[in-house]
Amino acid sequence: MKQPSSETRGQAVSPGGARWEHFPHIADMGVRGYGASLAEAFAQTAYALIAIICEPDRIEATVPVSIRCEAPDVELLLVDWLNALIYEIAARQMLFSRFDVEISDGRLEATIWGEAVDRRRHRPVVEVKGATYTELKVCRQENALWRAQCVVDV
Amino acid sequence: MDINRFERLSEFAFGIPAQKNMRVPVVIYADEALMYNMDDQVAEQAMNVAALPGIVGACYVMPDGHWGYGFPIGGVAAFDAAEGGVVSAGGVGFDISCGVRTLYTGLKRQQVEPVKSQLADALYREVPVGVGSRGPIHLNAKAMDEMLYGGAKWAVRQGFGAPQDLERMEERGQMEGALPDEVSEQAKNRQREEMGTLGSGNHYLEIQEVAALQDTEAAAAFGLAEGDVVATIHCGSRGLGHQIGTDFLKRMQLAAAQSGIHLPDRQLACAPIESEVGQSYLGAMRAAINCALANRQIITHLTRTVFDGLLPQAKLDLLYDVSHNTCKLEEHRMDSHSRRLYVHRKGATRALGPGHPDLPEVFRAQGQPVLIGGSMGTASYVLAGSSESERRSFASACHGAGRSMSRHQASKQWRGRQVIDELAARGIIVRSPSQRGIAEEAPGAYKDVHEVVLAAERAGLARPVAKLTPMVCIKG
Repeated sequence: MKQPSSETRGQAVSPGGARWEHFPHIADMGVRGYGASLAEAFAQTAYALIAIICEPDRIEATVPVSIRCEAPDVELLLVDWLNALIYEIAARQMLFSRFDVEISDGRLEATIWGEAVDRRRHRPVVEVKGATYTELKVCRQENALWRAQCVVDV
Repeated sequence: MDINRFERLSEFAFGIPAQKNMRVPVVIYADEALMYNMDDQVAEQAMNVAALPGIVGACYVMPDGHWGYGFPIGGVAAFDAAEGGVVSAGGVGFDISCGVRTLYTGLKRQQVEPVKSQLADALYREVPVGVGSRGPIHLNAKAMDEMLYGGAKWAVRQGFGAPQDLERMEERGQMEGALPDEVSEQAKNRQREEMGTLGSGNHYLEIQEVAALQDTEAAAAFGLAEGDVVATIHCGSRGLGHQIGTDFLKRMQLAAAQSGIHLPDRQLACAPIESEVGQSYLGAMRAAINCALANRQIITHLTRTVFDGLLPQAKLDLLYDVSHNTCKLEEHRMDSHSRRLYVHRKGATRALGPGHPDLPEVFRAQGQPVLIGGSMGTASYVLAGSSESERRSFASACHGAGRSMSRHQASKQWRGRQVIDELAARGIIVRSPSQRGIAEEAPGAYKDVHEVVLAAERAGLARPVAKLTPMVCIKG
């Protein structure tokens, strides 16, 4: 079981191998998610994105929001998914901590759960401006876990 | 980077000749120490840019260059539409028209020092900053389009500031050619509550002292004297610009493929200037420039209101306002011909030299004020555009210190409280909603701004006029 290295910030590995971590980029931040399925890896990547903004444990998953995206390949789908999440955070002034994701045939349907930003309780650090195509990679590793990652602009 | 891989063009210029698919060479302006500390990816990214269709001259990198996404930060690249040149959303970035504006106060340090703490509190209270902050106005659909078309001129019409403010801005406060209809509804939605907000990350509002003058003649022309207090705003086009960047990075993936453009890096997504997507992006990006100009104008108004309350004798006129993430159509002389080129500056400041017709009369003799933001613990600089910068870098210079350490590394190395206390001991008051944000922006996470400015000077890009040191920093 690989623990987050000193270069990364992440959380403990779940029994199924699902976890997220950050990886360094000089000006910005890399987000990476692992999961037993593509959808799970995408959900973990979303978690990693939220963790740039604040501690995800501080967010109550009470209000659901639906997200749909479609892309010609899984890497473009990851960028679309993260950008859809960034849009919902910005436009609704909300933060999210639960991500129910389904992916089939290049289409993603998700319900994300969260609440309105409360600056005192959530103590948000920084806004995320957008997901980039830099260090973008979605693949199934030799240990059968899916890995999804890219750099986001902060 | 290993400097041995470069051709030494001068003491402060390092080149990579055009090779493989590169259409033009790469030129990096820096000294040896800056080169040594620059990421290898800077050269790689600049070489990728040098391979894009229609690029002319060279792909230049400024002394504060570092690894970006697609383009390196500090990258300058000019394209000729008539030669199949492209416009790239990645070449401008997400924070379209992020820039720096400096205001005089008409006060000396000893006048501000006694109320410094109250000033910090009042600015922190009145200027919306950080995640989840909302601006002082809400824009409906009609007002949104008027703002996107009118820029700072619109903001002045709404009562934020005075018409003479517009004389001291690039484009006189209104970017021509903005097409609000090309801006998506999502981008507009992200902006409705965000006018007049600073944002987060490296954005700030600082009260600074003119600590030293390097060029007294230029300083006099710029209205700066030692001991003067100025206010500097660093922010951009907020959520609207971020969403335009996102929208067009996606559209340009497809547009590049349809135009048969091979992208060495997907983040370099681009479209021919003379194409539907290219024109649509230029219209939307220009609207975002207007959004940034309007945003800095509203923050200027809020800053003036705070000073009116505490230091009513202050007069916050503009020194100048520059943007450092843009693509602009400009005339440049190349091989004794004048050419109209689309100049991308991603983390680089336009630095027009003396005599340039676009400069306000007051700056004509000395060149354009080039406003360089440093970190909150070191210094910022006012430079003047040099007459050589035209042929060296399409009239461009650096934009800041540039990061030398990732946010993650910085937050492991410092604690926000420790940074705030250390700065307070040096007389610098920091106000911010986020401790971790402060740690991520710790002065030690940035390159030495003095070294960057010196390299810019020695390379002939701009000359230092005044050094500004922080007294108060409101950080997002």
